[in-house]
Amino acid sequence: MASVAMDMLKAASDWLTFAFDAPFARAVVFGVNIGGHLFVEGLLVVVIIFLLSQKSYKPPKRPLTKKEIDELCDEWVPEPLIPKITDDMKYEPPALESAAGPHTLINGTEVINFASANYLGLVGHGKLLEACTRSLEKYGVGSCGPRGFYGTIDVHLDCEARIAKFLGTPDSILYSYGLSTMFSAIPAFCKKGDVIVVDEGVHWAIQNGLQLSRSTVVYFKHNDMESLRNMLEKVTQENKRAKKLRRYIVVEAVYQNSGQIAPLDEIVRLKEKYRFRVLLDESNSLGALGSTGRGLTEYCKVPVDKIDIITAAMGHALATEGGVCTGNARVIDHQRLSSSGYVFSASLPPYLATAAITAIDILEKNPDLITKLKKNVGTLWKGLSGIQGLEIASDPASPIVFLQLKKSTGSSKGDLQVLEEIAHRVLKEDTVFVATSRRSTLDKCKLPVGIRLFVSAAHTEDDLMKAGESLKRVAALALNGHD
Amino acid sequence: MITIPYLTALTTYFSYGLLFVFGQFRDFFRKIADWWLGSNLQGYAPICLGLEDFYTRRLYLRIQDCFGRPIASPPDSWVDLVERVSKDNNKTLQRTAKISRCLNLGSYNYLGFAAADEYCTPRVIESLKRFSPSTCSTRVDGGTTTLHNELEEVVANFVGKPAAIVFGMGYVTNSAVLPALIGKGGLIISDSLNHNSIVNGARGSGATVRVFQHNMPDHLEKVLREQIAEGQPRTHRPWKKIMVLVEGIYSMEGELCKLPEIVAICKKYRAYVYLDEAHSIGAIGKTGRGVCELLGVDTADVDILMGTFTKSFGSCGGYIAGSKELIQYMKYSCPAHLYATSISPPAAQQIISAIRVILGEDGTSRGAQKLARIRENSNFFRSELQKMGFEVLGDNDSPVMPVMLYNPAKIPAFSRECLKNQVAVVTVAFPATPLLLARARICISASHTREDLIKALEVFSKVGDLIGIKYFPAEPDKQQQDDGRVKLE
Repeated sequence: MASVAMDMLKAASDWLTFAFDAPFARAVVFGVNIGGHLFVEGLLVVVIIFLLSQKSYKPPKRPLTKKEIDELCDEWVPEPLIPKITDDMKYEPPALESAAGPHTLINGTEVINFASANYLGLVGHGKLLEACTRSLEKYGVGSCGPRGFYGTIDVHLDCEARIAKFLGTPDSILYSYGLSTMFSAIPAFCKKGDVIVVDEGVHWAIQNGLQLSRSTVVYFKHNDMESLRNMLEKVTQENKRAKKLRRYIVVEAVYQNSGQIAPLDEIVRLKEKYRFRVLLDESNSLGALGSTGRGLTEYCKVPVDKIDIITAAMGHALATEGGVCTGNARVIDHQRLSSSGYVFSASLPPYLATAAITAIDILEKNPDLITKLKKNVGTLWKGLSGIQGLEIASDPASPIVFLQLKKSTGSSKGDLQVLEEIAHRVLKEDTVFVATSRRSTLDKCKLPVGIRLFVSAAHTEDDLMKAGESLKRVAALALNGHD
Repeated sequence: MITIPYLTALTTYFSYGLLFVFGQFRDFFRKIADWWLGSNLQGYAPICLGLEDFYTRRLYLRIQDCFGRPIASPPDSWVDLVERVSKDNNKTLQRTAKISRCLNLGSYNYLGFAAADEYCTPRVIESLKRFSPSTCSTRVDGGTTTLHNELEEVVANFVGKPAAIVFGMGYVTNSAVLPALIGKGGLIISDSLNHNSIVNGARGSGATVRVFQHNMPDHLEKVLREQIAEGQPRTHRPWKKIMVLVEGIYSMEGELCKLPEIVAICKKYRAYVYLDEAHSIGAIGKTGRGVCELLGVDTADVDILMGTFTKSFGSCGGYIAGSKELIQYMKYSCPAHLYATSISPPAAQQIISAIRVILGEDGTSRGAQKLARIRENSNFFRSELQKMGFEVLGDNDSPVMPVMLYNPAKIPAFSRECLKNQVAVVTVAFPATPLLLARARICISASHTREDLIKALEVFSKVGDLIGIKYFPAEPDKQQQDDGRVKLE
């Protein structure tokens, strides 16, 4: 028995030896003798590679079946489209029945209007109306197309040239809406990875532009130059290597949310030291600051070519609608193709462009409008001195006079209720129309709310004194109960 | 669906490749020239990096004279184009005093309200004298006049919804309303060819954005089912709400949206529908009420209707129409209502007057005539172009007609040749359309007469033969339409 097994074993090994020593096994490849044993080694290598290439054990994937998806879809319940409407959401502003000049009609009574940013009193100006009427008769109302597709009317090009000449910059570009100017200009220049240092009190359009640009945003304390310097220092320390990094500072000339004025000479000094570019929003200062109305650069005596990009909404001093952006030729040309609010939107109606040109002509011929505006602001400050419970939080030179509560009720909703009561009573009892600053739920600005008075060059001294007395009286009554 | 012939696709790729190579050569030499002359940036990073404005500098500037042509008259059916010259090889263009009168096939003037109108303009001038060109104030402060309230009522009535709110610009309407309606934790499913303002609004809202294939309700259903089953990314919590964004007429395709199917799907899965009727309100439908009327969809099924007044009403601005609670909430929270200057009163009066003319409330039947004329004109023009062998996109009844060009060289050729023959057209290329699919877009207006259209057809036929864009064989022989084509969507 054992010998049979031994014989079989011997036969098998003989056969194996024979197989491995067979002639084909002695092939010569590339000068190397291949012996039979190399086949075994080759087989082993193949097996090792096969085992290594196997993935580790994973539980098998089981995608959801159609029935399971159906069940999930059936049981999903969405939230309602809008939250429940509460009482404070039902506010309806008063409807004007005449032009929003220094005096206007509400409900048949004439009121003194401090709620329109009509700084130079151009609303209702004869020359403006005449020019607009001619333009309407010639061009109709709308422009029926974006700038790239036959929506460029010669008045647009004239308006851009006029504004550039007025401000002393090489070129300018016209947007069809004030709000879209900032939130289209910022994403055109700031892309992912760039650094933007911005004041925390800027208005919503700038915040939206920053969000759309996807850059790194750093906030500094409202109008605080020390905080700005620290932030710039921090940012430059962290990013020393990136030479291709674009860095911007974004500020407003006169802040809409607080009436403060940005110290431009200080900012320009810092910008040159740390090599940042400045974007300045001059919506409330164009036509209101500076001895001839050229804005913050004239007021702070800074040459205008040191600011890289200036934007302005024209719905304030110039009594028209739309927005404008000026700067050097490279900056403006780039926006003509890559600024979404310019390329993908219809252009400004031509009669509004004519209104802008006429407004600037009037301003250049009558610089005494600016001195009158300054005087009026001073008179209002005098009239409001000694007011109880409220304090003036804006700069003495700013055309927006911003009143805040001296002692806050603790929440901005509570503050708003008190202020709205004051505004309502002032309108009803003394026919003075003021506005409280309302915030959207999407706004990230944390500055306190207040009452805003927009002073106009067309207000008379009586108007201003009456407003001052009325506010003092109502504030005393309303806030005595809230002390 | 666009089918592009093989040969054309090849030549288009080749042309773009050649332009790209030349552009790179010139950039290379410019870099050397800059290094030689020394830079004057003094430590600031350049405001436009490398390839960001490559397209602008090397491709767009060559054909810059085809875009942004200034006009010196209202954008009516015949328009005065200002001629421009360039002394530095198309880098900058200067206006001259010469004017040429051309047939206008590019402006969005669907019902012919662009120029001074006999009913609207006197009323507009009256409101200008009463309210002045601007209120200089936001709607919520002191910018609401009786005219604004009237306008909102009239718009709500016209569109068929309980209430409406009006903003001063159409672009801002989309960008500021979407963030107020939906935020983080919500899902937005938008059509792949939606307009830039919708895309901006969706991005600015913070919600997750998914795209479904253009005008395919089946794909929309698939995406909805997947997303509801999966939930929010990474946490798998259920979505807070889902919103589907579609447009009435897509401006680059001329197609109508498949609204009945999409509304049915959204009802089944409880998603909200947001319909952007920028090009369709006032222009289609029996009484001009837009795509809902044309396709027979009840306006109560669409949650939010949005539109603009620039195209059919000859004015400016945008609106949102919905339930009373929705509009109340918008007035409370939408930034465009709280922070932006209210719409200019003369523009508001123009919209009110235009709607009155369309509804026939001015005592004449001009409105009905205009609507009938634009339908006739669009169908006539489209069928004639197709008979000649051009590749025309879009559905019947839509006044927007893209004609395919494909090759980058044909874009300026078509535009300039048509201009020589006194016809002004609009040509669109990358990035508004995909790279291979450049086109010329024609917008028909109710103020075009039959003679105008016939003249345009003659010019197109001549120019089309000259530059070779009659991709389909002219009727009546329609045999070889299906060989050798690459399907592109």
